[in-house]
Amino acid sequence: MSIEVSVRVQKDDFVLEAAFSAPSSGVTAVFGRSGCGKSTLLRTLAGLEAAQPGSHIVVNGEPWLQEGNSIPTHRRQVAYVFQEPTLFTHMNVRRNLEYGLKRNGREGAVRFDEIVSLLGVEGFLARRPGTLSGGERQRVAIARALLSAPQLLLMDEPLAALDMHSKRDILPFLDRLCAESRIPVLYVSHSPEEVVRLAEHLVVMEQGRVLEEGPLQQVMGRIDSPLARADDAFSVLTCAIAEPAGPCGLSVLRTAAGESMYVPRLKDIHGNIRLKVDARDVSICLERPVGSSILNVLAAEIVSLSEADAKGQILVQLRLPVSGENLLARISEYSAQQLSLLPRRKIFAQIKAIALLT
Amino acid sequence: MFTDSDLTAFSITLRLALVTVGILLVIGTPLAWWLANTRWRYKALVEAAVALPLVLPPTVIGFYLLIALGPRGSIGQASEFLGIGPLAFTFSGLVIGSVIYSLPFVVQPLQSAFTSIGRAPREVAATLGAGRLDRFFSIVLPLARPGYMTAAVLGFAHTLGEFGVVLMIGGNIPGRTQVLSIAIYDHVEALDYSSAHWLSGSLLLLSFLMLLLVYGFNRRFDMVRV
Repeated sequence: MSIEVSVRVQKDDFVLEAAFSAPSSGVTAVFGRSGCGKSTLLRTLAGLEAAQPGSHIVVNGEPWLQEGNSIPTHRRQVAYVFQEPTLFTHMNVRRNLEYGLKRNGREGAVRFDEIVSLLGVEGFLARRPGTLSGGERQRVAIARALLSAPQLLLMDEPLAALDMHSKRDILPFLDRLCAESRIPVLYVSHSPEEVVRLAEHLVVMEQGRVLEEGPLQQVMGRIDSPLARADDAFSVLTCAIAEPAGPCGLSVLRTAAGESMYVPRLKDIHGNIRLKVDARDVSICLERPVGSSILNVLAAEIVSLSEADAKGQILVQLRLPVSGENLLARISEYSAQQLSLLPRRKIFAQIKAIALLT
Repeated sequence: MFTDSDLTAFSITLRLALVTVGILLVIGTPLAWWLANTRWRYKALVEAAVALPLVLPPTVIGFYLLIALGPRGSIGQASEFLGIGPLAFTFSGLVIGSVIYSLPFVVQPLQSAFTSIGRAPREVAATLGAGRLDRFFSIVLPLARPGYMTAAVLGFAHTLGEFGVVLMIGGNIPGRTQVLSIAIYDHVEALDYSSAHWLSGSLLLLSFLMLLLVYGFNRRFDMVRV
């Protein structure tokens, strides 16, 4: 079971030509700059935009669009969270939430109380949308979408229209939603932070086309990825927790290859955690460093090296053993020459700083 | 105060305005909906035609209607064929005239109400499983309520004050097609200023109260665009 998409949409002189498949559970991020066709792609999936002949959309074996046969939006089991939280202003919050619930045609498919408390909207059921803040409105919109018992949840930059305060207010709810959701989520965003925080699968788009797709870690750590082009290139590592209460206020994590990573003491976190590692915080040694103050050192292999940028810096793509995760390091071209770094060479990566994502 | 024929003119006028507004809301809704949503290249043609009664002298509309409704006109022949008989100088004829004359006063507020609602709430409703009609009745209609209020009151008030069209196609048959504005005209002609005062004053008060209703209940009152 999965989501198979191959669509061609023409809007004035913009052409969207996207084909990808996404897993039938978990969060797939659709990433790209503004105007690359992310929203058009989502609208087409929902049936709000007409696709050209030859397009097809199959969700969990159910054809939504095939051989010119298009199921209208209201009969696709899809829910859509728009960038602007659009609540029905003539109804209070409760009636907004019940709108999709009443029409989902599957009695008892979702539990009202469960979803209302998941999004933390139980406190303002009787209020009018006009009296809510932007973040609260978006939480109601997300709860309303979930209550329509969709097979696929589409989210089109749900945080983009919100101010910093509202974003901080809503992100923990999104974390929970994405972690607990049993339905697949397609999450459109142009923010790398949001993508790596929430998604497991990544579809990268540019100018109406899919550049690459795959599991997040694989796509993230490539030097040719649009995510890596930015000055603040980073990669994502997944670790298990080995020792929550480690020495000196640290927690000890374990990589897939069995190496230890030390991070500030974690509280209330279980299972796997995701680490964001900025490329400029990674340096390269030919031997495992001894007598260094840096705690986190991982064995890795060089995959490729980029061209030097204007500041004489290059990006080095490293691969970790066992997990095959990518790690990016930004170093100077001169050091690369001095150490004669070449693809396939085994090295050690020293990591100066780590940020926790989940 | 009021003579019997004045009271009859009053009741004919009210009946005419009510029937006209009723018909206009029914045919104005799909027309305004279409105008608000179509991407047809020549939509401006229809918009201009709808707005014509705003600028045309009522006598011009009345004149063409008189010809169309007459025994040799297209509408007249159709009604003859259907066995309804001629429409000129009848109440039904007045209704047809008023519907055309007050059309923009109903269509334009509805159109701008539909436009200001926009696509977003309808798209959200569609993704939540609401079909076309369901969306219209559960989302569009309630959100357009201020527009309907404006449309109904403006259409009603405008029909109340109709003169030229009625004079041309309704004649001035007391008890059948004589409406208030024409009764006032007759009183003035007959130099019966006190009766004219009573009728004019009541019409003035009625119109003012209705507009007060619109402005009072309707903060987002859209003026009619010409």
